Amino acid sequence: MSLRVEDLRVYYQTLEGEVKALDGVSFAIADGEIMGLAGESGCGKSTLAQSIVRLVPPMKLVGGVVELDGEKLPIDDFEAMNRHRMVGVSIVPQYAMSALNPTRKIGKLIKELLGARGISYRAKLPELENRLQLVGLPREVLDMYPIELSGGMKQRVVMVISTLLDPSLLIADEITSALDVSTQRAVAEMLVDFRDREIVKSMMVVTHDVSILYQIADSILIMYAGQPVESGPAEVITHAPRHPYTQLLVGSLPQVGVRYDEQPLSGIAGNPPGLIDPPSGCRFRPRCPFASERCESRPPLVEIGDGHSVACWKVMEEEDARV
Amino acid sequence: MRRYFGRKLSIYGLTFFVAVTVNWMIPRFMPGDPIESMVARLTMRPETVEPMREYFERFFGYDVPLWKQYLNFWGALLQGDLGTSVWLFPRPVTSVIMGSLPYTLGLLLPAILLSWWAGNKFGAIAARNRWLDNTFLPVGYLLTATPYMWLALVLAFLLAWQFDLFPLAGAYSVTLRPNWSWTFVWDLLRHWFLPFATLFIVAFGGWAIGMRNMIIYELEADYSRYLESLGAPRRLIRRYSFRNALLPQITGLALQLGAVVAGALVTEIVFSYPGLGWVTLKAVENLDFYLLQGVFLFIVAGVLVANFLIDVVYVLVDPRTRLGMQGRAA
Ligand SMILES: Nc1ncnc2c1ncn2[C@@H]1O[C@H](COP(=O)(O)OP(=O)(O)O)[C@@H](O)[C@H]1O
Ligand code: SF4
Ligand SMILES: [Mg+2]
Repeated sequence: MSLRVEDLRVYYQTLEGEVKALDGVSFAIADGEIMGLAGESGCGKSTLAQSIVRLVPPMKLVGGVVELDGEKLPIDDFEAMNRHRMVGVSIVPQYAMSALNPTRKIGKLIKELLGARGISYRAKLPELENRLQLVGLPREVLDMYPIELSGGMKQRVVMVISTLLDPSLLIADEITSALDVSTQRAVAEMLVDFRDREIVKSMMVVTHDVSILYQIADSILIMYAGQPVESGPAEVITHAPRHPYTQLLVGSLPQVGVRYDEQPLSGIAGNPPGLIDPPSGCRFRPRCPFASERCESRPPLVEIGDGHSVACWKVMEEEDARV
Repeated sequence: MRRYFGRKLSIYGLTFFVAVTVNWMIPRFMPGDPIESMVARLTMRPETVEPMREYFERFFGYDVPLWKQYLNFWGALLQGDLGTSVWLFPRPVTSVIMGSLPYTLGLLLPAILLSWWAGNKFGAIAARNRWLDNTFLPVGYLLTATPYMWLALVLAFLLAWQFDLFPLAGAYSVTLRPNWSWTFVWDLLRHWFLPFATLFIVAFGGWAIGMRNMIIYELEADYSRYLESLGAPRRLIRRYSFRNALLPQITGLALQLGAVVAGALVTEIVFSYPGLGWVTLKAVENLDFYLLQGVFLFIVAGVLVANFLIDVVYVLVDPRTRLGMQGRAA
């Protein structure tokens, strides 16, 4: 196992109270696996991505364990984490387009970043140029300031920097969200390429848009209101989802060949709950068409098929009925 | 780059032209006749009034048509001739201005540069020291919120009046003649200290708070967060944020330096310090339009030159302006 997350709880401390952005999240990513993490905006995806790399106030680790390659990550010890950042786990943050110091040339920035780790820029340069080529950037970007690059180019520079030291795990947060469809496809292919070349061992691709995961993910984890609701092989999640939320999420996707004037996009009625005082029991209950009394207690995440887990009472009853 | 500076230069040139023209118009079309008042002050006997007035009109060039007066004004100006002072007649305006300039520069340049340097240093330290920050911030805001006039008067009252540590007014004691002796230099320094200190204190608070806020802003900027995510050492992140926070401070400094030629009006008046600000006051009190005109022109020219220098400096220090200008930005 490359990454193993066990019952992770991370809350934001605010004046209004604790925002329970991650409330008992467990999953694992195998070596060589690309895991997609999906869910509506505000369900805690970025919080999960951030807390594995840089957990700072107002975020607070309330419980749980994160293990990378069998070693426990000290995610709530900012200094101790430095040893793992960039070499163990690295992130392409959601704000990648503004992530570069505007007053440093890209090459100089990388040089100073490497220098701080005692790595020679000179020695690393051939590999760096190689990587730039891989993401379709000319080596000249090293002599440019961030302002000279387009948003997409900056994002790819960030991708190259984040993966320069071949981290075990790469977390890409909403990396395709701000891009047009054709660029989305190109970036998605780059991610797969990085994995195939074993530049990174495994990957967590975060998005609110499940459609991009069809192309690249081996497995998919669906989150709702700070908790995982369904996970499994990408095939299963996209073609045979069982959780009512996943079914609505996947069903609300635009489908090839369907004309939208005939079939309006449905979306999911209602909004995700606030996470300061979330609904008890199943958090999807207020919006779920199948909700009933049993849903007032929290459904456990139960494996119902080969690597396919669901947290829903209705699904559990159906499974029980089958045997 | 050439086109950019060319455009800037022509804008500054046009501004200067308009300023000179307005400046020329004001004493000529304003109510109140400066010649009249000067004649009134100088003459005792009624029969001397007419010859006196004619003499002055010729002397100040009022005996030719307006358009010619205007051209003559430009001609004189380009030779550095700003006319003659009424208040200190017959000293040329240029000489009055040049005489007060050393006092203004000697007061303002050290006050601005030292407060900038010390304020930025201190602000940067406060930004990363919670204890210092918590004590300094309220004091700093209090300092910058204090009306300067009030601070100057309190300091003058306490240090000069109550405790008699420093002289209250002037640039040097009336009993001394300017010369390069130790006694005189020491006297000069003692007179210089209070006006300098008040300017320094107020500006220091402003710079320090500005720097502190900018650094904290930069430390929370996306690029700092990303560097942290990459495990970059604090030292590197601090260095970047300090440098980036310094850029707006450099603009601020340049703007202040640009306004230096205007003198520190309030300070010079409170401490009767004979710099340009004080001269301006005297010119107003004595209805000395020519001196006032000269001072204004001098200020306009100074501000324009300084602004141009700011443009140059900023292009040198900030790649964003440099690139934006060349149209290389994507
Ligand atoms: N800095 C913060 N302080 C307080 N609450 C926050 C903060 N950042 C995010 N949240 C809350 O945490 C929840 C999860 O946010 P986030 O992880 O950004 O969601 P996602 O990335 O899935 O859109 C949301 O309810 C959001 O309002
Ligand atoms: S547990 Fe109940 S409320 Fe929750 S998704 Fe299943 S059926 Fe709906
Ligand atoms: Mg997000």
